[in-house]
This record gives sequence, C-alpha cells and structure tokens, in this order.
Amino acid sequence: MKLGIVTGRVISTHKVESFEGLKLLLVQPVDENLENAGDPIVAVDTIQAGTGNLIYYETSKEASRVLETLMNPCDAAIMGIVDELFVKNQK
Amino acid sequence: MILGKVIGNVVSTISAPGYESKKLLLIQPIDPDGKPKGKSFLAVDAVQAGVGDFVITLDEGNSARSILKEPNSLTIKLVVAGIVDEISL
Repeated sequence: MKLGIVTGRVISTHKVESFEGLKLLLVQPVDENLENAGDPIVAVDTIQAGTGNLIYYETSKEASRVLETLMNPCDAAIMGIVDELFVKNQK
Repeated sequence: MILGKVIGNVVSTISAPGYESKKLLLIQPIDPDGKPKGKSFLAVDAVQAGVGDFVITLDEGNSARSILKEPNSLTIKLVVAGIVDEISL
C-alpha cells in the first residue's frame, strides 16, 4: 500500500457499466515526507475520503476486492484515511 | 519477500472494513547491506514489529490473507511476516 493525497474528484458519466455508482478520486502519490512520489492516479473510494485527505491506497487486482461484486474490475482503491503519520528521522 | 526497515507507522480510524484492528507500518526497502533502496510503502504488521526493526515483508494477496486468517473479501497485499535478526552474506 502507498500513501497519497486526494487532490480532486473525477466525474465520469460515460464509463464501463461496472463503474456505475463508484466514486472516483484523483490521488497524488506521496512518500513518507509527503513529497510527490509519482504521477497522479484515479482510485475508487469506498470510505468517503475528501480532497486534501492523506490516505493510503492499494493497487493491482487486490483493489477490486473492496467492491461488492468480486468480479468488478478496478486496479486502485483507497483503503483508509491517515489520522497520524509517525516517521523516524532517517538522517 | 522484501527486505526492509520499519521507519514509521500510521494511525487510521477511518478505513475499509477489515482494517480496523490492523497495525500499519511504514517500510523503507533496503539492500542486504542495510542501505535504503527504492520507495517506502505501507504494510500490515503480523509480528509486532516496531520502528527501527529490520523486517521481511510478503507481497502477495492470497498469502497475506492466509497469514492474517482473513476472508477473501479483504484487499491486502503487503504483510510484515518476520523480524530480521541477522543477515550473513
């Protein structure tokens, strides 16, 4: 799982049928210092995360298990909102 | 499995079902000499590892679920499966 910051929401009305009713959020991957760590991705949200939240997300086929119908494809899903992040100073 | 060092942890009260009781550790992958190598990631702890421990992290969903005795409905991929005492090269 990786850390990310929700930067926006993606509204899509014309999409594959299995995405119907799913909330799609724009996520900027960040590292432990909250610096950008890759290109933004679109992830399915099932826990009502909002813009600005620091979240953690899972990718690959695993992500689709958060959706009711197992055979429902998605490759990135938000798993939770971070309340506190403790990082031991590296240097 | 991935060699890594626990560099932090995450406290999260709002999460997907099945994650409420899980302890989330922030792992920095390392090379066998202990130097950081690659991007950090989050893993679920299964061996009570703490910050500063060197650990091995398993990176596959079905194995992760069987370690944690979780049903198929839990999205999970990375589980800290062991604390490293020593690496002899």
